[in-house]
Amino acid sequence: MLRTIKINKGLDISLFGKANEVICEKKTDLYALKPKDFIGMTPKLLVEEGDKVKAGSPVFGSKEKPEIHFVSPVSGIVKAVMRGEKRAIEAIIIEEDGTNESVDFSAIEDIKEKLLASGCWTFIRQRPYSVIPKTDTTPKCIVIKGFDSSPLAPDYNILLKGEEKAFQKGTEIISKLTEGKVHLNVSSKCPLDFIPSCEKLQVNYFEGKHPCGNVSVQIEKLDPINKGERIWYIDATDIITVGKLFLTGKYVSDKIVALTGGEVKQTGYYKIKRGACIKPLIEENVSTTKHLRFISGNVLTGTKVEADGFMSFYDNQITVISEGDNYEPFGWILPGFKKFSISRTFPYGFLRLICNKPVKVNANLHGGKRAFVFTGEFEKVLPMNIYPMQLIKACIIEDIDQMEQLGIYEIDSEDFALCEVIDPSKTEIQQIIRNGLELMRKEMGE
Amino acid sequence: MKAIRKFFDKLNEKTEKGQKFHWLKSTVEAFESFVFVSKNTAKSGAHLRDAIDMKRAMSLVIIALVPCLLFGMFNVGWQHFVSQGQTFAEVGFWTMFLYGFLKVLPLLVVSYVVGLGIEFAFAQVRGHEVNEGYLVTGMLIPLICPPDVPLWQLAVAVAFAVIIGKEIFGGTGMNFLNPALVARAFLFFSYPSQMSGDTVWISDKADAFSGATPLGEMMTGAVAPHNSILDMFLGFIPGCVGETSVVAILLGAALLLITGIASWRIMLSVFVGAAAMGITFNLIGSADNAYMNLPFYCHFLMGGFMFGAVFMATDPVTSSQTDRGKYIYGFLIGLMAVLIRVVNPAYPEGMMLAILLMNVFAPLIDYFVVDGNVKKRMRRWKTVSDRTTSEQ
Repeated sequence: MLRTIKINKGLDISLFGKANEVICEKKTDLYALKPKDFIGMTPKLLVEEGDKVKAGSPVFGSKEKPEIHFVSPVSGIVKAVMRGEKRAIEAIIIEEDGTNESVDFSAIEDIKEKLLASGCWTFIRQRPYSVIPKTDTTPKCIVIKGFDSSPLAPDYNILLKGEEKAFQKGTEIISKLTEGKVHLNVSSKCPLDFIPSCEKLQVNYFEGKHPCGNVSVQIEKLDPINKGERIWYIDATDIITVGKLFLTGKYVSDKIVALTGGEVKQTGYYKIKRGACIKPLIEENVSTTKHLRFISGNVLTGTKVEADGFMSFYDNQITVISEGDNYEPFGWILPGFKKFSISRTFPYGFLRLICNKPVKVNANLHGGKRAFVFTGEFEKVLPMNIYPMQLIKACIIEDIDQMEQLGIYEIDSEDFALCEVIDPSKTEIQQIIRNGLELMRKEMGE
Repeated sequence: MKAIRKFFDKLNEKTEKGQKFHWLKSTVEAFESFVFVSKNTAKSGAHLRDAIDMKRAMSLVIIALVPCLLFGMFNVGWQHFVSQGQTFAEVGFWTMFLYGFLKVLPLLVVSYVVGLGIEFAFAQVRGHEVNEGYLVTGMLIPLICPPDVPLWQLAVAVAFAVIIGKEIFGGTGMNFLNPALVARAFLFFSYPSQMSGDTVWISDKADAFSGATPLGEMMTGAVAPHNSILDMFLGFIPGCVGETSVVAILLGAALLLITGIASWRIMLSVFVGAAAMGITFNLIGSADNAYMNLPFYCHFLMGGFMFGAVFMATDPVTSSQTDRGKYIYGFLIGLMAVLIRVVNPAYPEGMMLAILLMNVFAPLIDYFVVDGNVKKRMRRWKTVSDRTTSEQ
């Protein structure tokens, strides 16, 4: 069944540095797993520095859900365990040894067991809370994310190129995890070249501005989440890895990521492995005159990483923008012809209505933190039947009943990224929503 | 610019925690942020932020108020000289303007010095940055006062408005009453003799000249105000400093609407509400109360209606926060303003009271609007849980 769903509200931020449609290969020896990529998970280390691991060997497990573990993307040696505050594990760094050894999972018959053993279970996440689901739960439906609408997002047709067989196999496998439907959500503007066929599969075409690619927005239109219900979601690129696991019996961590952003000299797509060090990609490929910010992910929801940092687990994109950590004389009153703003207090606010011309942005806050003053703005960029300001305030005061009533189960912090961008009070809204979700999750014992 | 930067860097060093002048940190920060937009970058969440900040938004409101301020200054002079029996041709533009300028400037200075003084002190005690909210309030207060208001009364009113109207609730963004209107209401109820009647609206009025405002005339039973509609539209009538000229207010309104700073929903619905009430009165009509027969559009031109609709009702902090709530809130302000004007014999101006009243009700309106959303969600949950139990 084919259906097109139109999302009216939202905001497309047009930035410089869209990825060129070329696929390059860059070699890196260093890979990392970062426990912080997984929400609500406390790592239990299974290896020590100097240990030999194969692709697919478990590196650490989860204290909360012992059946889940996280595996090495390559065969190599555990080079370092980086620890941060209170000795929390920041990253486990693995140096590839070039032997290309992999753990063989082909003997495992049961789908769930195979996914768990190979670490592929960790690709699946659950709404509410965006955590990796417990193995004893079942979702009412599964959503496959077939496009990304965020700024400078990669084209999924390039990410999935040549992987039709794995895509087909992966979709079949995933569909066995639910009694309900499997939704494959794709963009109507640039639909996927290949659509797998599967009995439970329903393909939904979405049209509109960002955040029409966000799972929360899509699922609200398809099958809204009620209290106590769960849905699972997984990225189409991760379906490929699942498909390959069942085709070859091995954990194949290859993926394609987009290198984007206004400060990148040569943007493009790069064939790497999950958790790769970004250093070889950006070396001699970014502007050298400015202080830069490297982001694993997009500018709205990505994680800040160092120039020799590592890709985050779920990301398909690296963005490089300038840091913008300089004082600006009288910036609040000057016309600001080159500045990004959707408010019509800046020329760009009008310009973007006429032509969505790309802008160069930096990470400056452009102002001081204030109490909430303006109202009615967040609603314009949140295409859901939710009162954003009220929900944010409920999260701030930690009122669980109100959070529940205002729809916390239906959202994730990424849905509030645009609210955070346009907020003149410079409030850290995504963090507030994340804290609210975490509070709720602990309260519900998930 | 570099020298200024160095100067602030030095000041910042001295106001660091543990340093001698730490108690002045908020004050230094406030002045610094006027000269330089800070270099702080996003620490968590989105890596890019809109260039708009509170300073820019608030300064646009102030720019929108400038036409009202300038015309107000001129009109204070105009009214004064006309009441003395002199004409524009005799006195000339600049003399009139200068007279008004010298009358209004002290009001502005007192309002800003007292209000900002208190704001700075509170910010310092709380360890916050100084909020820009008062920059607008401080401009609004002189504009809604009669030109001859004694400065000490103004100072007391400003202090009352900032402390009781705003700071005890937590400062800008936390108050539920419009602080400028709190100041106005304080003056109105504490010093009624200086705030109403026929003599206060024209600065140093000649005794023989009638100084009644159109509103005052209507309340005392006139069939129609003696000022022409054109005068009321242009603003050549006695009244509060900044509220008389509809043209100047419309200029400000245009800026606020084009930039999207003020809510068009509220502005529009205030007019719809007032028109609805005015037309209803016109239709009912009355032999005793000529006010009822006053064409409804005259309400837009008289008194503080226009100024209130554009600059006061649209205050985002004290108005309804939901889109649907804004329509209701605005509509009821317009309706109440006209209702109070026409039916209540005690107060000639209904706009101030209507807005303050609806400020109080705004959270309730929002409560019902949001509750509608909550109920819908609960119904959905219920149908799902009913279905699953019946299946079992």
